[in-house]
Amino acid sequence: MIELSGVTKTYDGQAVLTEVDVTIPRGRLTALVGPNGAGKSTLFGIASRLIVADAGHVTVDDLDIARARNEEVARRLAVLRQDNTLAARLSVADLVRFGRFPHSKGRLTADDHRIVAAAIAELELEPFRDRFLDQLSGGQRQRAFIAMVLAQDTDYVLLDEPLNNLDLRHSVQMMRRLRSLVDDHAKTIALVLHDVNFASAHADHIVALRDGIVVAQGPPEQIITPEVLSEVYEVDVSVLDHDGQRVAVYFR
Amino acid sequence: MGLAALCAAGWLSLGVGVAGVGVADLLSPTDEQLRILTTSRIPRLIAIVLAGASLSIAGLIMQRITQNRFVSPSTSGTTEAAVLGVLIATLVFGSTSLTWKMLIAIGFAIGGTMLFLQMLSRIRHRDGLVVALVGLMYGGVIAAATTFVAYQRDLLQFLEIWTAGSFSGVIENRYEALFIVAPVALLGYLFADRFTVVGLGADFATNLGVNYQRVLYSGLVIVSMISAVVVVVIGAIPFLGLIVPNIVTLWMGDNLRRVLPVTALAGAGFVLACDVAGRLIRYPYEISASTLAGIIGGVVFIGLIMRAADRAGAR
Repeated sequence: MIELSGVTKTYDGQAVLTEVDVTIPRGRLTALVGPNGAGKSTLFGIASRLIVADAGHVTVDDLDIARARNEEVARRLAVLRQDNTLAARLSVADLVRFGRFPHSKGRLTADDHRIVAAAIAELELEPFRDRFLDQLSGGQRQRAFIAMVLAQDTDYVLLDEPLNNLDLRHSVQMMRRLRSLVDDHAKTIALVLHDVNFASAHADHIVALRDGIVVAQGPPEQIITPEVLSEVYEVDVSVLDHDGQRVAVYFR
Repeated sequence: MGLAALCAAGWLSLGVGVAGVGVADLLSPTDEQLRILTTSRIPRLIAIVLAGASLSIAGLIMQRITQNRFVSPSTSGTTEAAVLGVLIATLVFGSTSLTWKMLIAIGFAIGGTMLFLQMLSRIRHRDGLVVALVGLMYGGVIAAATTFVAYQRDLLQFLEIWTAGSFSGVIENRYEALFIVAPVALLGYLFADRFTVVGLGADFATNLGVNYQRVLYSGLVIVSMISAVVVVVIGAIPFLGLIVPNIVTLWMGDNLRRVLPVTALAGAGFVLACDVAGRLIRYPYEISASTLAGIIGGVVFIGLIMRAADRAGAR
């Protein structure tokens, strides 16, 4: 379980997060949703120690993230942020191998190689494994980054907008893959999602953020409702039932 | 293959010079020829390999940890700051104290590089062109200040020894301080994975459990030590740390553990080629290796900048 309590962050006098309490339950798929500028990425940054909060604290199970050794956290929690542009020319295989760094410090064992190969296969990157990242399309690159994070093989995985640059087929595949990591491999996954319907279809737990405040958190039945969504996004939303899937409609 | 080529070139370099030792004599030298080899030719070859390899490694580490291909010891003030350091050490402690010259040059190199990185972090447009320009100007300012001090104190001839690297002065017992760069460069190789990770950016590094700041500064100290020691013993070799890593990584990518040995080999080979050519072009006179490296390096540097500008334009 990742627990954020009383987390506050201010940039240049502008409050981005105000006294946020969020729980990311263990062994579940949690989606973080909300409009632009709600503070989702900042929240993820703080939850994964990439950003230091002005107040409040974060624990991952028994680990206080501000006090724990960086390497120890890296073996327990992996994070991928948005907008990953690299100045480095690395091959896909090399990038994914670096996912094993917290475990092997660069001296990869047979086990490490097996995990790397599995992550590459999982994201269908085998045809590109020796290509440089700058020779890939945006979607392929995004999958390579996610493969790296999967190779890190941590209990907790935080992904900020993992569906960025992915087309419909790859988005659905990605969500199914993440779902199976939770169901079959007991991982805990948290995602920032732009599309509430992906959250509705795949998440166990949804956290809705607006203006740096948690508006609601709970199972999809409680969050994917016209009332909550209209309040979060400040636009009229209706929710349809499609074979038991709750689908938010807000296009007109 | 590269190693074999380097060995062949090294062999050739042992047989080039005014004193009567030719390539043909190397296998069965007379006592006199053996003396020339051990006091001058072999030390010279070792110095060339050490300086060429280590400066290229320094450039490679620097461009990776700063995530910028145009940041190198000779284009961001590191070398110039080291020269200023040697000058000041010479003014304060006289020209005989090698230890003080080294220490102060290393200190200045570290300080000068950090100042440049501070400036860089304040620049909004961090693309190759701007960084290269700012770096060259910054180095120019330090060099101008150095020249001014040297002029005031009548030390201009000394200055040339440090700014224009040459291997012609390398003889037994007068270059061994250069061996310091070998363990430092080896340290760079041991840290290679960490430098690559830091080159992915602070977020990636932290995620992978690497202390970004600590590795960044360790890298800067390694780079500064190599640059300063080479300046003190041999003198500056312009553009070496820029063009060799750029060409190698263009071809092989940026995974340091993989490219670092090749970079070292290519750097040693390049300096060796410059030195041998410099000895042959105006035989029996010499053109210093740094002059040739400066001419070739300058042209390649302009080519790399034009390429970067092309790509920026295409975007």
